[in-house]
Amino acid sequence: MYIYNQYDQQLVDERVAQYRGQTERYLAGEISDDQFLPLRLQNGLYIQRLAPMLRVAIPYGTFNSQQMRKLAHISRHYDKGYGHFSTRQNIQLNWPQLEEVPDILAELAEVQMHAIQTSGNCIRNTTTDQFAGAAADELEDPRPYCEIVRKWSTFHPEFAFLPRKFKIAFCASKADRAAIQMHDIGIEVVHNASGETGFRILVGGGLGRTPVIGTEIIEFLPKQHLITYLEAILRVYNQLGRRDNKYKARIKILVRAMGIDAFRDKVEQQWALLKDGPSTLTEEEFERSKSYFHSPEYIEVDDSDADLKLQQQALQDPGFGNWLKRNVDAHQAPGYAIVTLSLKTTGYAPGDISDVQMEAVADMAEQFSFGEIRASHQQNLVLAHVRKEQLFALWEQAKTFGFATPNINYLTDMICCPGGDFCALANAKSLPVADAIQRKFDDIDYMYDLGEIDLNISGCMNACGHHHIGHIGILGVDKKGKEFYQISLGGSQDRDASLGKILGPSFSQAEVPDVIEKILNTYISLRIDGESFLDTYRRAGLAPYKESVYAK
Amino acid sequence: MPSKIIKDGVIVDDQWLLLPQDTTDIPEGPIIVPLSLWESKKDILAGREALGVWLDSDEPPEHIASALENFDLVAINFPVFVDGRGFSYGRDLREKYHYQGEVRAIGEFIRDQLFFLQRCGFNAYALSGAELESALDTFKDFSDSYQAAIDQPEPYFRRH
Repeated sequence: MYIYNQYDQQLVDERVAQYRGQTERYLAGEISDDQFLPLRLQNGLYIQRLAPMLRVAIPYGTFNSQQMRKLAHISRHYDKGYGHFSTRQNIQLNWPQLEEVPDILAELAEVQMHAIQTSGNCIRNTTTDQFAGAAADELEDPRPYCEIVRKWSTFHPEFAFLPRKFKIAFCASKADRAAIQMHDIGIEVVHNASGETGFRILVGGGLGRTPVIGTEIIEFLPKQHLITYLEAILRVYNQLGRRDNKYKARIKILVRAMGIDAFRDKVEQQWALLKDGPSTLTEEEFERSKSYFHSPEYIEVDDSDADLKLQQQALQDPGFGNWLKRNVDAHQAPGYAIVTLSLKTTGYAPGDISDVQMEAVADMAEQFSFGEIRASHQQNLVLAHVRKEQLFALWEQAKTFGFATPNINYLTDMICCPGGDFCALANAKSLPVADAIQRKFDDIDYMYDLGEIDLNISGCMNACGHHHIGHIGILGVDKKGKEFYQISLGGSQDRDASLGKILGPSFSQAEVPDVIEKILNTYISLRIDGESFLDTYRRAGLAPYKESVYAK
Repeated sequence: MPSKIIKDGVIVDDQWLLLPQDTTDIPEGPIIVPLSLWESKKDILAGREALGVWLDSDEPPEHIASALENFDLVAINFPVFVDGRGFSYGRDLREKYHYQGEVRAIGEFIRDQLFFLQRCGFNAYALSGAELESALDTFKDFSDSYQAAIDQPEPYFRRH
């Protein structure tokens, strides 16, 4: 993974000093609330319903055991002993003291971490595939490119006060595990006919109040132009994006208003000034960036032997078999596998993790996966390089610490925002809804019979819980001061991305689990030959679901 | 007593008179005129000694691109400090139109933006509501930067 050089460290240290000064000036009354707002946001600090919330960056979702231990220490010492992994591969602390945030940032800087640009109207943390550098279906490791973008976007002087927040995601594999079509800029690493690396770039995707799937702006951008092209897009957006209405300020609204062709023309004009200039990337820079992401020192393992042994273990212990089937993915190196540690255990808020669990993950990463950890946008953790012969031992430890729920990509592996329990923006609570659904569908055989289902819950239109792209989406709405839930069907975040359609009038919190049950039963009655939930919906449409749910 | 501004890293007296948006009378002395006045009174203003123009945040520099030789100073207004269009205007003035004169930030920007403004081609700051002496420290918040910009045309990766 990426290791800071002296200069990276210096910049982060200088940022801590800068923010310490800003906090002191704020507490002394020298800067107003309004002026302090973007300064604290660009250092990750929100003021929430009950307390501030600090969002710590995990660049492209990769971090290590030492950093995880630091997070455990911070959550114990400065917070209430737990953290929450978000859908942008970051971790949030829900109870820090505003006065102590500079100290927290200083502690983070000791382990090469920070909260820079995790909020505010600026370029946010660049995200990617949580299996990057390990996935069997990968073309290249996207993280060297993410790191180049991280550097470029960090303290970018021109783009710190954009019309609205700006999110960039990369993918480089057959399956799109980074939902790149749902980002302000989505970048796919591709190879042309001559085998050269370049980027297919999408622009103007995003969720929120007006969900839009990104549109291709360039089919193949030779890799050396990555930064100049991004800079051209951002410069057009910074000048022309709407600033009169925050709900119309994202780049998706601009792209739609101008039309992709007119937008592309503007970008090309701007790019002509920058192209081949000093920001053009060099081969040395690509090599330098790649040198941090070399594969770990794998041990040579006989893959078919390892598989045979796993099959025997799975037969002897069906619990292990279930977990193996659902929480373990194919790795690019023979004899290795990718393990997802589920943070979706019934009784716990999706994505939440205690300080003790953080330390357990740090230990497990060191024991089984070269000390490296990933955070996924589905709010789980990943040990990306586990020897197959160690899977059983890992599973037993994962069970001890509550990470072994065998539900990855199944109904109870929900994406869920913190909602009205914490967030000041939320219209409705989301955590109790997630909890009620997990409790109702706790029967594992029933869950497996349903097959893979993405169920996503957001507490408001801002869509942090990605409800638009859940196969089943639940959105909290406010009706005359009461919390209601609108349900949509048919969203998808993969390559065949689609936005869910609203089923009909909304429901009370108590009604939601039964409504979900009716939807699932409708699916079961409609499906043909093991058809998936999404495929069945796409074939049969909304009508049968509507009928069964609203039947008198 | 003239007011003080920061220019080229030091605190200096401001010699310029900033004319508000709806001005019709044109006084003597160094003046910074709103774009609308420049556009309506070009024939009177052109060739005048010590002339500046100011752009509001919805007035990109392309409005004055062909007339830049008339201006000793271009000021860019920040009606609210979170309106960041001016950062791109600064870069456009320097990079696209190769403007060499003074580029001044006016309006509601705050001292915490000085470092970034400098990087985007500004060299003068009519900063209100802050102590100028201590604001000067802000230019030293960071010892270097990753990106190429006006103050450092080579990105970090080409220099190390």
